[in-house]
Amino acid sequence: MLRLEKLTKTYRTGDQALKAVNLEVPKGQVLALIGPSGAGKSTLIRCINRLVEPTSGKVWLGDVELTGLGAAALRRERRRMGMIFQEYALVERLTVMENVLSGRLGYVGFWRSFARKYPQSDVDEAFRLLDRVGLVEMADKRADELSGGQRQRVGICRALIQNPALLLVDEPTASLDPKTSRQIMRLICELCAERGLAAIINIHDVALAQMFVARVIGLRFGAVEFDGAPEALTPDVLTTIYGEEDWQATIRKVEDDEEVQA
Amino acid sequence: MPVATSPSGQKVWQRRTRDESLIRWAAWLVGTAIFLWCWKQISDATTWFFVWDAPAIAGDILERATPPRWSYMEKLWWPIWDTLNIATLGTLGALFLAVPVAFLAARNTTPSTRFIRPIALLIIVSTRSINSLIWALLLIAIIGPGVFAGVIAIAIRSVGFCAKLLYEAIEEIDRTQVEAVSATGASPMQVMAYGIVPQILPAFAGIAVFRWDINIRESTVLGLVGAGGIGLQLQASLNVLAWPQVSLILLVILFAVVISEWVSAKVRGAII
Repeated sequence: MLRLEKLTKTYRTGDQALKAVNLEVPKGQVLALIGPSGAGKSTLIRCINRLVEPTSGKVWLGDVELTGLGAAALRRERRRMGMIFQEYALVERLTVMENVLSGRLGYVGFWRSFARKYPQSDVDEAFRLLDRVGLVEMADKRADELSGGQRQRVGICRALIQNPALLLVDEPTASLDPKTSRQIMRLICELCAERGLAAIINIHDVALAQMFVARVIGLRFGAVEFDGAPEALTPDVLTTIYGEEDWQATIRKVEDDEEVQA
Repeated sequence: MPVATSPSGQKVWQRRTRDESLIRWAAWLVGTAIFLWCWKQISDATTWFFVWDAPAIAGDILERATPPRWSYMEKLWWPIWDTLNIATLGTLGALFLAVPVAFLAARNTTPSTRFIRPIALLIIVSTRSINSLIWALLLIAIIGPGVFAGVIAIAIRSVGFCAKLLYEAIEEIDRTQVEAVSATGASPMQVMAYGIVPQILPAFAGIAVFRWDINIRESTVLGLVGAGGIGLQLQASLNVLAWPQVSLILLVILFAVVISEWVSAKVRGAII
């Protein structure tokens, strides 16, 4: 479904953020991308929807190669890739509903979006999604009135209303408390399963990643160091990804402290 | 190096080294000398007789100017209305022109940093650097005296001011919100309407009210050169030494400025 071929990004400063990364994500697979700060996790997912222009290499989304597309064709393909951000990246001064509907911008014309005259089917879908994440009564609130967890739910709705085939998720829980982090991760993974979406989730919290995903990619200095099941993340593997440290406290049996809050 | 070691081996810290202290002392000496010399020059060029005379003259004018000639008010309603219109229409015109200039001047929205941005910056600098009275003089020569010349003069004078503040606001927006909107597949116009405009709207409203407030003051004097408004009456009254009328006009201007100040404070408070 998504295939990266020798994806390389060299910044103008000479920093090589990605070194010929090859990766294939089948339909419906949720994978976590772990690695130290500066390993190129954010760059990788931004190179997929070309918020950052890759230096070389190819990105295939289905049968479409993304790196060679012109501006209009790229916008059309971006509709198939929903993105969720660390700091939520909601438009703070717009309402929750406007933020969710902004996920449809790629489908409606300028004047319709400017006048907020979205098709009724989009509005219906927005209400359905807000109901799904439990925020339907917040639809008229301004985004900056919401708490962190609520904002991230709105961000998820905005990504899903695009009707994407792939979710690009950049540190969804880094600004959230541990309980909300789990709820958000669970929500993302449930929604992916419901809709058969593939997702790439950048995440710092290794234990949280192990809890929810089926596949983990470890990135170090812009290259893939590990690709496998979460159970295969041994202290040795974590040492190759992050460097020397005592990993026993990080890799824990997560079942014993889960669902305390549910 | 403010840190030194005394012979006994103790570490001594001073704010400045000896050389630095000497340089500062010399700089103060030179500065004081220049000040005294300038004082002497100005003093020599002043006709002190007129200065000693000033309190008496001022008292005389004040005596003649009071009480204000209240009956003159009936001739001031129309000019003060003109003045308000010049300020308001001029501000609207300026904002209309300033928005595109600001988007062309802001580093993150300009289509070309090398060609278009310098032009936008030139527009900002050139309109800002010329006083509205001078713009009015020029425009009266071009389009004739009257309110219209005043409106245009205020508009041109304000473009640079509004565009400068607005482009600074555009440059300070949160980029991730823009990124998020582009990631949905939105067109550049949609990115502007959803990602940028909501973020700069408070700044825009603040700038508009602030400039309107300034323009009320500026438009009161435009009449001095014939560009309409209450300044016309002021000049006519000054020319015939009708001091009671002058004092009334000054009171009216003061009142208008206080009102505009009050309105803009209220509006700004409501936005923020």
